[in-house]
Amino acid sequence: MAEKFDFIDSAKYDFKDPEKYAFRTPKGLNKEVVEEISRQKQEPKWMLDIRLKALDIFLKKPTPTWGGDLSALDYDSYTYYIKPSEKKGGTWEEIPDNIKKTFDRLGVPEAERKFLAGLGAQYESEMVYHSIREDLAKKGVIFLDTETGLREYPELFREYFTKLVPIEDNKFASLNTACWSGGSFIYVPEGVNIDIPLQAYFRINSEKMGQFERTIIVADEGAKLHYIEGCTAPQYSTLSLHTGVIEIFVKKNASVRYTTIQNWARNIYNLVTQRSMVEEGGLMEWVDGNIGSKLTMKYPSIYLIGDNSRGKILSITFATEGQHQDAGGKVIHKGKNSASTIVSKSISRFSGRCSYRGLVKVIKNATGVKSSVKCDALMLDEQSRSDTYPVMQIDEEDATVSHEATVGKISDEVIHYLTSRGIKESDAQAMVVMGFIDEFAKELPMEYAIELNRLIQLEMEGSVG
Amino acid sequence: MDALKITSLKSSVEGKRILEGVDLTLKEGELHIIMGPNGSGKSTLANTLMGHPGYVVEEGQALLFGEDLLSMKVDERARKGLFLAFQYPLEVEGVSFSHFLLNAYKAKNGNEQKMDPKMVISFRNELKKNLKELGLSEEFLKRSLNVGASGGEKKRLEIVQALTLKPKLLLLDEIDSGLDIDSAKLVAESIRKMRKENISALVITHYPRILDYLEPERVHIMAQGRIICSRGVELAKELERKGYDWILKEYSVN
Repeated sequence: MAEKFDFIDSAKYDFKDPEKYAFRTPKGLNKEVVEEISRQKQEPKWMLDIRLKALDIFLKKPTPTWGGDLSALDYDSYTYYIKPSEKKGGTWEEIPDNIKKTFDRLGVPEAERKFLAGLGAQYESEMVYHSIREDLAKKGVIFLDTETGLREYPELFREYFTKLVPIEDNKFASLNTACWSGGSFIYVPEGVNIDIPLQAYFRINSEKMGQFERTIIVADEGAKLHYIEGCTAPQYSTLSLHTGVIEIFVKKNASVRYTTIQNWARNIYNLVTQRSMVEEGGLMEWVDGNIGSKLTMKYPSIYLIGDNSRGKILSITFATEGQHQDAGGKVIHKGKNSASTIVSKSISRFSGRCSYRGLVKVIKNATGVKSSVKCDALMLDEQSRSDTYPVMQIDEEDATVSHEATVGKISDEVIHYLTSRGIKESDAQAMVVMGFIDEFAKELPMEYAIELNRLIQLEMEGSVG
Repeated sequence: MDALKITSLKSSVEGKRILEGVDLTLKEGELHIIMGPNGSGKSTLANTLMGHPGYVVEEGQALLFGEDLLSMKVDERARKGLFLAFQYPLEVEGVSFSHFLLNAYKAKNGNEQKMDPKMVISFRNELKKNLKELGLSEEFLKRSLNVGASGGEKKRLEIVQALTLKPKLLLLDEIDSGLDIDSAKLVAESIRKMRKENISALVITHYPRILDYLEPERVHIMAQGRIICSRGVELAKELERKGYDWILKEYSVN
């Protein structure tokens, strides 16, 4: 039987491949390592120059202390580049057997056949597979790994690379710029609607590894795209690092939805910069689910620069023992009559910690802005923790901005009501939790919503005595 | 066979004793009424039998078809055939009525994990039919459980649940309060229908009006945490006319 598509159940993705790699840099990060990455990729000099400049900034900037605890991050202990194989492919036959088996086991090719318009699969530092439905390629849709994007469309690439996340933006953006590898380069031409999702799947296999994908998405005027990223890794006792940068350009009347289902193993620091810019009448949606990792620090951002542009951020976090999810979102309103909503739902238990960190900024003269922020926290026991750090900077009087926050527990009365119909207590709790994040789950493709439901059921079975 | 046999049941809420020793026997297929002044312990009896965590059993026994009800977990009680139509059904945001009830249906029919398509289809047909019977729109299938429903709709939804889950013993806690006459008739009609399928029922009510439809075998009067007297249906009529005072006096209850 074909493996079921699944990257939520941790029992399923916690397996390791033997480490047979084509190339890896020595541990630690320095000029030689960055030059070696650049040499491996045979990229133009301007890119190496940017990498080295970014490295310089990374080394100078202090590790931020305002968010999660990063004190155990030991930058010298990681391997910053691992090339899994000399081969890359547009068909699964071209992929080395051991890597193909990994993705088979995760059900990725099956998902591609069933419900995706295109798929990229990254293993360690490289995208080993990239493919898009032929009809979309014919319409001019570009869906490539980022290196190939740079090679085949150098001008287009340069127009957008680091334009939304400058190299000095933050320490981890600098780190990513210095040693970026893999990720997707996507261009959807004017008026092209891709109605079923494109997906990228990120897999870290080895221990003490750093993965630094770089993704650029451009939706030209009136174009429409839904992109999904999923991430898994086997569990190690040592700490690994995932630091991606995503830049999304939403042109006039275009719309992009970016869905993340992050289920990294619980030994991974997940420090990601995601940013988008929306022109007139455009729509950007971040649907951001953080279930795995040791510490996630990620605040998807939307710059609404065009009039009548819209942005939505829908975030759920789930933190259990040893986890801290520091997530949220930022919206900056520059366009007149631009509108945004941020909905954050967090669930913490077994001393897990969820933090919401958000910003809504309305720039002077951006009249007619509407924004609403809703943060709901569900805490399943007394030991867990939930914090909110909402910031509002409203420099235009003519703006309608609202903020609501609730913190709650699962009520005994509700559990009694549900169990009084014959439903087991753990299932009743799972139902309430699913109900709590229903707003999120119903935005997922059905296959993912079902898996999410199953995961929560599994989690709840462990929590009812 | 006794559907329910309660012996010397005492229970308390927040440390305060409410039930002071309830005795009651309900034969299979019978319908009994419990009436009594406010605060006499009627709802406490229902909630104690269902196993609400706030109600602590101090003494006594309750057998459901011969099995020890009070030692069972709440969900087990339901799977053994007990159903309480709540006086104030709760709202559960994000859990759709049909999803909730399908899960209950699967639990009841011993098929929690598998999604047998045939079962799901027959469940949905049954559920739609039952909604229609209670004069409720199919919109309720998708809506969050009881959210945005009026008081009367919630009561009718409880009956829809009972019709769909087919329990063996029905506890109705003031099912008729908050219902207009037409809805009360629909509810009574459903109860009559369930009785034809040999359901047993214990009906807590303030309004003898519903009794005209239900044809109960017995009427019990509760006061101060006990059942003070049990008679035929004519007692209810008398209470409607004369109030409770005379009977409380007759049984020396203050």
